Amino acid sequence: MLRSASMPNSLLPIRINDLRLVKGNRAVLGGLDLVIEESGITVIMGPNGAGKSLLLRCLHGLITPDCGAITLGSLAVANSRDEQAMVFQHPVLLRRTVLQNLAFAAPEIAKSAPRHLVQALESVNLADRADQPARMLSGGEQQRLALARALLSKPALLILDEATASLDPASVLLIESLVKTQSAMGTKVILVSHDQGQARRLADEIVFISNGQVAEQSSAKQFFTTPQTPVAKAYLAGEILF
Amino acid sequence: MDALAEAFRLIFSLDADLFEILLLSIRVSLVALGISAVIGLPLGTYLAITKFPGRKFCTLLLNALMGMPPVVVGLMVYLLLSRSGPLGWMGLLYTPSAMIIAQVVLITPIIAALSNQVIENLYQEYSDTFYSMGVTGRRAILAYLVDARYALTTCILAGFGRAIAEVGAVIIVGGNIDHLTRVMTTAIALETSKGNLALALGLGAVLFVLSLLVNALVIGVREYAAKRQYA
Repeated sequence: MLRSASMPNSLLPIRINDLRLVKGNRAVLGGLDLVIEESGITVIMGPNGAGKSLLLRCLHGLITPDCGAITLGSLAVANSRDEQAMVFQHPVLLRRTVLQNLAFAAPEIAKSAPRHLVQALESVNLADRADQPARMLSGGEQQRLALARALLSKPALLILDEATASLDPASVLLIESLVKTQSAMGTKVILVSHDQGQARRLADEIVFISNGQVAEQSSAKQFFTTPQTPVAKAYLAGEILF
Repeated sequence: MDALAEAFRLIFSLDADLFEILLLSIRVSLVALGISAVIGLPLGTYLAITKFPGRKFCTLLLNALMGMPPVVVGLMVYLLLSRSGPLGWMGLLYTPSAMIIAQVVLITPIIAALSNQVIENLYQEYSDTFYSMGVTGRRAILAYLVDARYALTTCILAGFGRAIAEVGAVIIVGGNIDHLTRVMTTAIALETSKGNLALALGLGAVLFVLSLLVNALVIGVREYAAKRQYA
């Protein structure tokens, strides 16, 4: 069943409470608190090493934090995995053809409605590459395939970790368009990006993270016009923060 | 030179004795290889992708078994299959089956240990994506095996190379009986000791060609995989 904007998202609100993670001697997440209540697109921004990707990985269950709690709707992370999908900065594709990559991700669809797999490829302009080895695609094409694969499960929450970093503008725009469409269909989207232009184009809400904590959370409009914290102002001004 | 000429005459005249030995060698090695691959590949994969107490010890043991001297393996299988041994009632000693068992014991650790290394590398790459996609258990093992198919083919061929060239274990449990358990390596050892260098050289040449073919296959598989980004 396709999601629609009118459907309540079962993974909202997302509540993150006192999330702590220590790597070596450094607290990379230092008691992070965050509540995401609204649907739409939340963009997480912040300088390198702020803890953005680690936060996403905790949210997706790839990392178990040292302490703290995450709930998505009424579910714990482990119980929400089937309703989440994640696209990584560097897409990992199987050593198979493009179509076989999708078939592996959704074996039931491959068996009962293989036409849907072709439609998924059409949605990312890869239908004519269906029988090619997936790893021979360009970087942008690989990321589009990774996104199509993630969307096959019709996730309630789509997480993108710098998914468009180092892609050409056309691929970036296509992926952004797909993300917007998915959001309009009711999927909650959380993405990490360093690209302020992309954040302006996509974000309904910005979460700004610095030193493993949420420094600011506001609507995209407010964040870009009147950032509330000195650290966010400095970041937007292009000053290096460490 | 006479011995060498006689060796080639035996090969090109399709000498019945020579080809009987050759076919038995290939049959024993292929059956052993099949059994070892069925055991070794999933075992190596399981050890690479599953975390459990004692995993490191199991990997260590596998690597140690990979270097086990064939004569020791032969002795162990001999003791197991001899009349007074626990499996003596099966009457397998000095049969091709005993040779297959010995080769399975020899090459399973090789295939398991090599595939373990291959899959561990792939695991580093795939684990986050598989977790995200909810791919676990048997489905994950199968996916790793399928995706590492070309690298694993070279592991299997390495196992075949070891099996076909093996002499110590098969001579102990097979007994090198003419028309029953005589394979290329044991025949070479025997014919050399008898001074029948022609047959020994003929068999040696065939063994060398087989080794060349296996290595050519390994290179071919690697190149094909690299060309299609499947390596």
